[in-house]
Amino acid sequence: MPVSTSSQGLPVWRRRTTRAQWLQYVAWLAGISLFLLCWKTISDNTMWVFVEDAGRQGSDLISRMMPPRWEYANVLWKPMWDTLNIATLGTLIGIMMAFPVAFLAARNTTPHPLVRSVALMVIVASRSINSLIWAMLLVTILGPGVLAGIIAIALRSIGFVGKLLYEAIEEIHPTPVEAISATGASRMQVMNYGVLPQVMPAFAGISVYRWDINIRESTVLGLVGAGGIGLQLNASINSLAWDQVSVIFLMIFVTVLVSEWISARVRHAII
Amino acid sequence: MLTLSGVGKRYPTGDRALSDIELSLPKGQVMALIGPSGAGKSTLIRCVNRLVEPTQGSIRLEGTELTNLSGQKLRHARRSMGMIFQEYALVDRLTVMENVLSGQLGYVGFWRSFLRRYPQEAVVEAFRLLERVGLPHAIDKRADALSGGQRQRVGIARALLQSPKLLLVDEPTASLDPKTSRQIMRLIRELCAERDLAAIINIHDVALAQQFADRIVGLRAGKIVFDGLPSELDSEMLTTIYGEEEWDTTPEPMDEDESVAATSNSSVQPGDVLPILSAGGAR
Amino acid sequence: MNAADSLAERRQQAAKQGQWRRLPLIQDSRLRWGIVIATVVYLILALSTVDVNWARVAEGAGRAVNFLGAFMQPDFVSRQKDIVDGLLESLTMTLTSTVIGVLLAIPVGLGAARNISPLPIYFVCRSIIAVSRTFQEIIIAILFVVMFGFGPLAGMITLAFATIGFMAKLLAEDIEDLDWRQVEAVRATGASWLQTINQAVQPQVMPRLIGLSVYRLDINFRESAVIGIVGAGGIGATLNTSISRYEYDTSAAILLIIIAIVLLCEYSSSHVRRWTQ
Repeated sequence: MPVSTSSQGLPVWRRRTTRAQWLQYVAWLAGISLFLLCWKTISDNTMWVFVEDAGRQGSDLISRMMPPRWEYANVLWKPMWDTLNIATLGTLIGIMMAFPVAFLAARNTTPHPLVRSVALMVIVASRSINSLIWAMLLVTILGPGVLAGIIAIALRSIGFVGKLLYEAIEEIHPTPVEAISATGASRMQVMNYGVLPQVMPAFAGISVYRWDINIRESTVLGLVGAGGIGLQLNASINSLAWDQVSVIFLMIFVTVLVSEWISARVRHAII
Repeated sequence: MLTLSGVGKRYPTGDRALSDIELSLPKGQVMALIGPSGAGKSTLIRCVNRLVEPTQGSIRLEGTELTNLSGQKLRHARRSMGMIFQEYALVDRLTVMENVLSGQLGYVGFWRSFLRRYPQEAVVEAFRLLERVGLPHAIDKRADALSGGQRQRVGIARALLQSPKLLLVDEPTASLDPKTSRQIMRLIRELCAERDLAAIINIHDVALAQQFADRIVGLRAGKIVFDGLPSELDSEMLTTIYGEEEWDTTPEPMDEDESVAATSNSSVQPGDVLPILSAGGAR
Repeated sequence: MNAADSLAERRQQAAKQGQWRRLPLIQDSRLRWGIVIATVVYLILALSTVDVNWARVAEGAGRAVNFLGAFMQPDFVSRQKDIVDGLLESLTMTLTSTVIGVLLAIPVGLGAARNISPLPIYFVCRSIIAVSRTFQEIIIAILFVVMFGFGPLAGMITLAFATIGFMAKLLAEDIEDLDWRQVEAVRATGASWLQTINQAVQPQVMPRLIGLSVYRLDINFRESAVIGIVGAGGIGATLNTSISRYEYDTSAAILLIIIAIVLLCEYSSSHVRRWTQ
């Protein structure tokens, strides 16, 4: 923060030097131009007549959603049960696969740097691709159904759990590990006694957290045919039965809130 | 029993931690290793059990060359060297018994250790050691529920369960208060006498070293600058090891009577005191 | 002597004889077995709902091999125009929605912080956050596509809406955790509410806000690859088409591009975070 002298000989304080100030302006200008350019691209691709109509469309939509067709809820229990199973089984399979991957990816437990980069690749690939995309692919391979959903959720969870777990492994205290090695323990024994107890709470917390996210994600997998309540959602939207859609939305809302509450409680109890 | 010749360590960063260490330790001798921080004390004892790889020289334990061992052979060699750490290095989330039993890891296979199915003799010995260090009542407590002194006792029991021939002790008292420090040092000393163990003890506290060791080795900048009896260590020598300082103002070690009086203080937990009192005359 | 003491006593006696087992995680054996049985029953029930059409799986197995093979030889060329257009649309949607979402999230986040906002505003802002966070982007996209028509505008609004919930929640938590002494110090100089926010709150939360925005940029990009499925623009539509046509080499190319961009985002965001700290 420079202090310069003005022409009257008084000291003047400014937050940045002139050069830094200019750089700042240029950066802002560039950022805003980029934003406006993007905005223009979007606006060119938009049919503005539809947008002007949006308010009316919105209120029309809401009026068609109200009142919800409550009796439709009876049809939804089975799909909801499927959704919960997709999330839970998917999470279980996902964390079972993420567990070894995380140990291979952590700098302090990996057997070889080459193995580490392969494990990191697996984690990045799994994290980058949304479970819905996995589901689309798996539906073409396995056919529509719950199985595709479970595997999609599992594949997506590997990256998430793997990343957080390997970061937790890299942050453990090295001294207990050193002490266990000094007893003449084998590599696997060092993992079992020195590393595992230290990361177990983190692992449980991450898994429950991912389960909560997976409940949310599994509600929409049906849109691409991978089972669960999303199938009913898709069917209702396609037949423009908006009063059924609102029942489904409410059901999803409540389920997600409950799962979030459970996950928060469990994580609180672990930590 | 343990012979180091020409041992040197240079870290990949280029720092020279040890150079040309010549040392030999007979059976049953307790040796204190003193020196300023960064002199290479920790590196030296970690070179012996190969937690740090020495870059040159040879280390022999009862005729076995340690520096070129690997895999299974290294594990077997490590079994005979118990190590005790500064910050206790217990696994916090395991119970005391599990921590002590981890001293057996070099002897049992993976699945046995994974399922915690240790041989009966190992469990008997582990419990006997816990009794010896005064913690039989704590077997099911988690390690992080113990006080510093108690944790160090568990660490000692773990090292002894390896049935070692040599103890490597890294700053056992640095995290403890003065009284507990003396109790721990005395315990190590007694256990070495009982089992005829040799020990290398890294220690900052010169007074403790003089009181409890048979022999003192002074290390400065990775080189041995003093090797002799505790009584031969005078302020001139300390200046050579640590640099210029008013050594005469160093407080004298506490008297034996005083420390016994102090340990019978009622605020101390019974587990802390008993073994010290019962074996008070052994020194 | 109570039960816990006698148990400890028994375990010590047993250990003396060399009998020692690990302490079970759950002490009460009835509860322990109850949980085990409940878990097994659930797993059986859940697995029984998974009805697999093995004939269909066998038929699809060949496609799985094709797909894995396609990753070895991704085809960037034959649908190049679609890919480039979709990608540009995704990127523009990502950028605009992040900027708009973050700007809107700031007032909502301020309003949702219990320590600086009045109760009615707090409740309004918290419910905005709850709604925005509960529903998947894709569900919101369906509604906005109905309202605004097909195209990137609906996608952009969807992502901006999701960004509000995400950013505002974290921002509010940050503000609730901030160092209150600094706020009081600024207030003590006689600063107005806005001045207090600017001088005492903003400097404390700014670095994390920037870090989170970059993180959200990354998430928005990944989401933009999906919402195209329901017609909200972006690379998702191209991807959807290529998968349903079994053009796995094009799908593989798109997926590889997505992975590469996410990696790039992550790499640069770690730089940005280091630079803001």
